[in-house]
Amino acid sequence: MIHLSSPHMHGGDSIRMTMLSVIFALLPATIVSVYLFGWLAFLLITISMVTCLITEFISLRLMGRSASPIGDGSAALTGLLLALTLPAYLPWWMVILASVMAILLGKQLYGGLGYNLFNPALAARVILLISFPLNMTAWIIPMHVGTPVIDLYDFNACLNLLIFGPESLNRALDAITMASPLGHIKTEWSQGISVTNALRSYDYSYLDAFLGREAGSIGETSALALLLGGIYMLARHTISWHIPFTYLATVLILAAVFNLIDPAHYAPPLFHLLAGGLMLCAFFMATDPVSSPVTPMGQIVFGVGCGVLTWSIRTYGGYPEGAMFAVILMNCTVPLIDHYCRPRVYGR
Amino acid sequence: MLHTLLKSIQKSTRTFSGGIDPEMSKITAAAAIATSMQPQLYILPIKQHIGEACEPIVSVGDHVKWGQKIARSQGYVSVPVHSPTSGKVVKIEEHATPHPSGMGLPSIFIEPDGKDTRDKSLKPIKAYRDTDPTELRERLRLCGIAGLGGAVFPTFIKLLKDNRNPIETLILNGIECEPYLTNDHRLMIEKAKEIIIGIDIIMHMVGAKKAIIAIEDNKPNALEMMQETLEILSESFPDSTRIEVCQLPTRYPQGSEKQLIEVLTGKQVPAGKLPMHIGVICQNVGTSKAIHDAIIKGRPLTERIVTVSGDAVPRPGNMRVRLGTPMRFVFAQHGLETFDHVHLLHGGPMMGEKLKNADVPVVKSTNGLLAMHSTSMKEAHKSEQPCIRCGHCGVVCPVSLVPNLLADQCRNKQFEKAESYDLFDCIECGACSYVCPSNIPLVHYFRYGKGQLAQIGREQNFAHASKQRSEHRDDRIAREKEEKAAKRRVVREKHVAKADDDKTSAGKPDHDKTADHKTADEKKPKTTDKTIQKDKPSPKSPPGKASSGKVSS
Repeated sequence: MIHLSSPHMHGGDSIRMTMLSVIFALLPATIVSVYLFGWLAFLLITISMVTCLITEFISLRLMGRSASPIGDGSAALTGLLLALTLPAYLPWWMVILASVMAILLGKQLYGGLGYNLFNPALAARVILLISFPLNMTAWIIPMHVGTPVIDLYDFNACLNLLIFGPESLNRALDAITMASPLGHIKTEWSQGISVTNALRSYDYSYLDAFLGREAGSIGETSALALLLGGIYMLARHTISWHIPFTYLATVLILAAVFNLIDPAHYAPPLFHLLAGGLMLCAFFMATDPVSSPVTPMGQIVFGVGCGVLTWSIRTYGGYPEGAMFAVILMNCTVPLIDHYCRPRVYGR
Repeated sequence: MLHTLLKSIQKSTRTFSGGIDPEMSKITAAAAIATSMQPQLYILPIKQHIGEACEPIVSVGDHVKWGQKIARSQGYVSVPVHSPTSGKVVKIEEHATPHPSGMGLPSIFIEPDGKDTRDKSLKPIKAYRDTDPTELRERLRLCGIAGLGGAVFPTFIKLLKDNRNPIETLILNGIECEPYLTNDHRLMIEKAKEIIIGIDIIMHMVGAKKAIIAIEDNKPNALEMMQETLEILSESFPDSTRIEVCQLPTRYPQGSEKQLIEVLTGKQVPAGKLPMHIGVICQNVGTSKAIHDAIIKGRPLTERIVTVSGDAVPRPGNMRVRLGTPMRFVFAQHGLETFDHVHLLHGGPMMGEKLKNADVPVVKSTNGLLAMHSTSMKEAHKSEQPCIRCGHCGVVCPVSLVPNLLADQCRNKQFEKAESYDLFDCIECGACSYVCPSNIPLVHYFRYGKGQLAQIGREQNFAHASKQRSEHRDDRIAREKEEKAAKRRVVREKHVAKADDDKTSAGKPDHDKTADHKTADEKKPKTTDKTIQKDKPSPKSPPGKASSGKVSS
């Protein structure tokens, strides 16, 4: 409708454009995930995105709203983001459950797009991790890393695995999985083995971690791919530098200081930077506009908070990875941060 | 001389926070200013400035001359209205003004006689440097000069030489950051000399030490013209070295007074203060030209330059239009005759108002008349989506507000909270709405919030006043009761004394008498109560409209 109020010009930006640009920025990570985990990654992403879209459609209809927001790309983005944070093998119903929870609990119950307190994809991921800790920490050995037990480029094998589980391939889950670097040092430390030795026994390589040739969630392994997407979003002004920069810098600084003090206990800074879901969280999860602060100052506080929590949970917590917990916890503080971190108004 | 001039032409690297770079669409930048033809009828609303309305001083049937005062100002913040031609006053009645509500104002209708006989009662003041600034100020008031950048604040008020706030810098605003508008641009090219003399007049009036003519880099020819003219004038004009031309990078809303001051001086105008409190005044180039005409030629403000543009105008251009000319007549001269599926804007597309129709006159604030195809307006007025809190609105806000939070507060009627988030510092530039991916009409919410807060303020004042009245009333009633009781005591004591005197007579009738007195006494204040209540308006029905504002999204 045409209302009377100025301005009568618009820059042309839209929610759809914003969401699509984020999806586009996730393309490198998505490609890497399919390269490493083959059809398994493809099926996982497809199931997740389709379920999210269907859940969004049904919940909008149940609330008696127009289903047109389905085209704004936000549900598709949630589905993609969720899939990229999951391990390559999860029973199919868990994927569907996670997708339904992301949209239903994470978003629509709060009132739909723009009203959710938590990042929907991360919320679903956390629920899944707490509910099914075994499955959620069983990392399929990727292609091109060591010797794969099953051929992930074989569609039928992947479909079988997904539907009927590893037993159908006459394999135990343990046989086709390996530890992630973060998980490895956590277990080793609990057995009294120093971080330095644990990394050596894992045959850890910074280059592999940077390129993504390691075990982990399908979209989290390659720091390079995520960095490319992040740079694209920064250049396009989809996100601002405040959150990712302060988040990563905080983790780096904390890790560096403690690593200097006691390298046997505390992992080196670069290891932290390239490990787990940090890159994905810093560029794609913590920057989710709806669940992060709006003001630059607030975003800096938020980024630092995420960094401190991520490093602390990784180092002292029960879970090997803390990035998603950090972001979810910081999401709770957003209204408070927004209230206190407003910029100085002109002339005041 | 040339060296100092060249030195003064510096590219400023300073800027204001926020801002946007909209498509400028300055399609009329090369179109020389044409002169509008005479319409058959001029319509002059009695209020064309910010402030109090004027009072007509002519009657139907009167013959008026060009430049003759036809409505006198009432109150301080007001300037008179003058006839734009010679002719006959044919009627004085309410007529729609260029206001989005289509609000009407009493207007004076003048039929031109075609002779354009000038009213010569105001003599030119050529030797303005030897004239007392107070006299010049009165002249500007008499000539009806108001800020022609669009705000139309009476100019004479700003041009006050005040020793407590000495003016250091005069800023001449030639920014014209609104898309489409080119009236200031063309004026700087075609009337550079008049503008510079106007500057000299203002500098003399306020005692400014220097003047900066600020021009954005999308108008290099205007910049060049101002420089050349300054150089030419420098021979006869000893003070021209105190005037510098400054080129600024194009950015919206740089032409906003406070933002321009920040860019040029590095200082911010403190909240609640005026530019003069930090030694700066700002004037539009068009106003400077009008000041020149008022002083040097003795001519009141009866015309202005209007950019007629927009994608629905067949022959866009710039036009010298006399105030009171119907907009329909102006559009017709640019080839636009029918207005189906066309949206008319008064002013630029960022801050201009949408007009209901073209049957309103050109007024002092009309810097642009735009006609846009409704299809091209659709993009800006798409239906509102939920806010995704991207924060782009805050990034572009030139006053560093957090627009999305403010809009939430206004929408949820948390007006006091919005006020504490500095709602009233919003300059309504529209940059936030321009970048919003959810097409939220933020400025619309802010205007709504400001309106509601003003209403709340009025109601609070009213409630306070009625509370005071009622307290006074209670005091008076208590006092009256006290007095009555005292009187009664006196009467009773008398009776007691009387009864004591003749104990033999029966006390009954006497007792009845006092009872009668009592009821009469009690009745009396009650009746006064009623009359008082009648005088006092009931607090349930405050004057004016109670919060009837509704947000239409």
